[in-house]
Amino acid sequence: MQSLIDKIRQGRFFDFPGGVHPPGRKTLSNQDVIGKCTLPEHLYLTVKQHIGAPGQLQVKVGDEVLKGQALTRSTNPFALPVHAPTSGKVTAIAPHVSAHPSGLAELSVEITPDGRDKWIDLTPIPDYQQLPKTRIIEAICDAGIAGMGGAGFPTHIKVSPKKDVEFLVINGAECEPYITADDRLMREHAWQIRQGIDVLCHLLNPGHVLIAIEDNKPEAIQAMQVACQEKPDYIICPIPTKYPAGGEKQLIQVLTGREVPHGRLPIDVGIIMQNVGTCFAVADVIFTGKPLIQRVVTLTGEAMTKPCNVWALLGTPICHLLKHAGYEKAQQGVQRLIMGGPMMGFSLASEQIPVVKSTNCILAPTQQEMTLPEEEQACIRCSACADACPVNLLPQQMYWHSKAKELDKAQDYNLFDCIECGACAYVCPSQIPLVHYYRVAKAQIRQQEEEKQKADKARDRFEARKQRLEEEKAERELKHQQAAEARREAMHKQGDDPKSKVAAALARARKQQTSDETTAAPETADKVAAAIARAKARKAAVQQGDSAPSDTADTAAEDKQAKVAAAVARAKARKAATQQGHAAPSDTADTAAEDKQAKVAAAVARAKARKAAVQQGDAAPSDTADTAAEDKQAKEATASKSKTTKQVKPKDKVSTQVTAADTPVKPAPADDREEQKRQRVAAAIAKAKQQKAQKDRQQASSTADMPAEKVAQPLVEVDEQKKQRVAAAIAKAKARKAKLDMQSSADNQQDKTDE
Amino acid sequence: MSLLYALLAIGLLALLFGLILGYAAVRFKVESDPLVEQIDAILPQTQCGQCGYPGCRPYAEAIANGDEINKCPPGGESTIRQLADLMGLEAKPLDDAHGSNDVKKVAFIREDECIGCTKCIQACPVDAIVGASKQMHTVISEECTGCDLCVDPCPVDCIDMVPVKVTASSWRWQLDAIPVKTID
Repeated sequence: MQSLIDKIRQGRFFDFPGGVHPPGRKTLSNQDVIGKCTLPEHLYLTVKQHIGAPGQLQVKVGDEVLKGQALTRSTNPFALPVHAPTSGKVTAIAPHVSAHPSGLAELSVEITPDGRDKWIDLTPIPDYQQLPKTRIIEAICDAGIAGMGGAGFPTHIKVSPKKDVEFLVINGAECEPYITADDRLMREHAWQIRQGIDVLCHLLNPGHVLIAIEDNKPEAIQAMQVACQEKPDYIICPIPTKYPAGGEKQLIQVLTGREVPHGRLPIDVGIIMQNVGTCFAVADVIFTGKPLIQRVVTLTGEAMTKPCNVWALLGTPICHLLKHAGYEKAQQGVQRLIMGGPMMGFSLASEQIPVVKSTNCILAPTQQEMTLPEEEQACIRCSACADACPVNLLPQQMYWHSKAKELDKAQDYNLFDCIECGACAYVCPSQIPLVHYYRVAKAQIRQQEEEKQKADKARDRFEARKQRLEEEKAERELKHQQAAEARREAMHKQGDDPKSKVAAALARARKQQTSDETTAAPETADKVAAAIARAKARKAAVQQGDSAPSDTADTAAEDKQAKVAAAVARAKARKAATQQGHAAPSDTADTAAEDKQAKVAAAVARAKARKAAVQQGDAAPSDTADTAAEDKQAKEATASKSKTTKQVKPKDKVSTQVTAADTPVKPAPADDREEQKRQRVAAAIAKAKQQKAQKDRQQASSTADMPAEKVAQPLVEVDEQKKQRVAAAIAKAKARKAKLDMQSSADNQQDKTDE
Repeated sequence: MSLLYALLAIGLLALLFGLILGYAAVRFKVESDPLVEQIDAILPQTQCGQCGYPGCRPYAEAIANGDEINKCPPGGESTIRQLADLMGLEAKPLDDAHGSNDVKKVAFIREDECIGCTKCIQACPVDAIVGASKQMHTVISEECTGCDLCVDPCPVDCIDMVPVKVTASSWRWQLDAIPVKTID
């Protein structure tokens, strides 16, 4: 171990494989001190400027912010806040083109400076050695410090390692051509960088501190030596200039000869590396309390009339810096702005792209200086790229497989160990943009992995859902089963009930059957009688249902019988009347009559009287008497003169029956209205039944014979009363009977003749 | 006599190995078809059913039983290639009858039009839609596989399939896609 330190002290360094020596072009911009830039009109602070998660926004549109005020808050270990670089107003929080090769818009806070440049209250902690380390780490995190060398890894994570640190390497190599930001910073602010290193040493407690500076920056080496002369542990290492010596893994290899294994971090070989710019920012936080709001940016390239380094506020649009450096577009054939160096930088899509924490250089080369990429030629398998590769990869093989999208095979050639330094593309005689192919392939592989993870998650969710649905189904079935069992149990508890119920049901069914038979039988014999019987039965049932007193029920039943009888009688009377009406049409003007019986009787009487009168008039007109006796005489006369005894007989019957029917109804309890009502209901039901019977008959004898129609028509015309219908029905029934008799007799006759 | 010994020896050996094999068949029985597992791992698990099978696993089983490997539009060419490698078949172009492999999409519910019928929730194979009856529903776009199955059941047509937005982290270095703009 001692020998290694001795070797380093003696300046005997190791070497990494490959590497290239592009022209440095550093003198373009490293001649002048770091300048100050004027405030731009607007600042665009990308919320996420580092590797990790974005912070949580703390401000809203319209808020007044002070210089150094946090715009976002760190919510998880990989989140870093961003701060207002100057005082002003938040004018927008919206996506703005970002400092990313894609040029995609990302969420940014737009600040319009008010020109006062007023600082927020700062809380420096110069007595950091007395404070717990967590307090210092917290301060570094709250200041939003991310690695300023290019990757932008949060510094507070890097300074809280879980392992012992053997070497703390301060990276001032700045190997990429053109860039002189760290060079100028070391020259001018060596003391503050050393202070920053002190803070990091306090946190990390490393065995040795190696400050690596490429030997093409003698002024910086000298400045750092002066700043670190009190600290024998701080070893300034002037390393040979070779691109990419500033790469983390390459620098470790140059200084210690150790290689960081595949997929591991430098801490795994006991080394932590920090950029000089980061050290400067850490010192700023601890000793002045200022968060990271500005950084040194190299503005260079021959298209700039005043190439220089400036302190650029984070969020400053590139166009503002270009103006400061006297950028002349005319000197460039095609506008070409590069963020970062010529080897690893990317072309900018817009001049509105803001400066972020990892922006170290804006390069505006002329066409002579840096020719536009020529058309890609076929790979000639010269293996120059393999010789130049600092990581001992086989770029031509990776290119081959990346181009063919054989990602597995590209990965077999350790594609992910490629640091994208661009040395291979630099040496390629066929102008193949090799790094671009690797980047595309890497992005595709990452995407595939992401999709694979998503697919796994989707599978898990799908299977969880399937399981859930099955469980729910099983649960439902179980519930149904339980419910069925509960029902069965309840039935068992009731004992023999089910049996008796079944028996009762059967009995009911049988009863119904028998009743049907009994009702059906008389129908064939005499439908009217059946209807009456049914009506009676119904009536009785209703009365029973009402649980009416038995005596009233009896009387009601009697009433019913009487009523039915009356109805039949009335119908007969009606028939007789109509027949008489045919004989003497003048007497059939009793259409609106309410009391049919009376009218019929009156009409009959009148007719008799007239007839008698006529007869008497014929015989002896002077003897016309108005007495009842005479009436009787007339009656007798008519009786004697009547064409058929059939007509007369019903008449008598009517008169007697009507009185018989009327007498029971009228003395019936008029005070007991309910009784009456019930009777009426019963009557209505009986009527309905009869009507039904009539209908049935009508359907049966669809070919209604003439006499029936003759009788029916006037009835319907005259009145819609049910009595009439009943009468018609009876008449029809009779007619039908007669017809049937006639038919049967005719048949008999026919049979006889046949015989 | 020597013939008898030989026959006896061979017979005994056959019996012995038979017993060993029989025991091994019972003891080291493979529960499920590992080929199906491998195929299922390659399939994109969108559960969209565009292949004609009710989910990725049934299709994996069908492939294991000899079905075509080019019926998965969400997986696209890379899935077909992986399946071809696994099955030792020739990779063939995607069967257009089962749909095309266009840009990745996720479902989006226009929430003010949602009537809360829960039909889409029942249709989603990965439970990526949250909501309750008569409450507005929404899609967890992180979990959405873009299978389209929720679009048809929606009675008010308030579900759109929206292309996934490209972010800086999902950007794939399509440098040609950046419009070259000449700034005056």
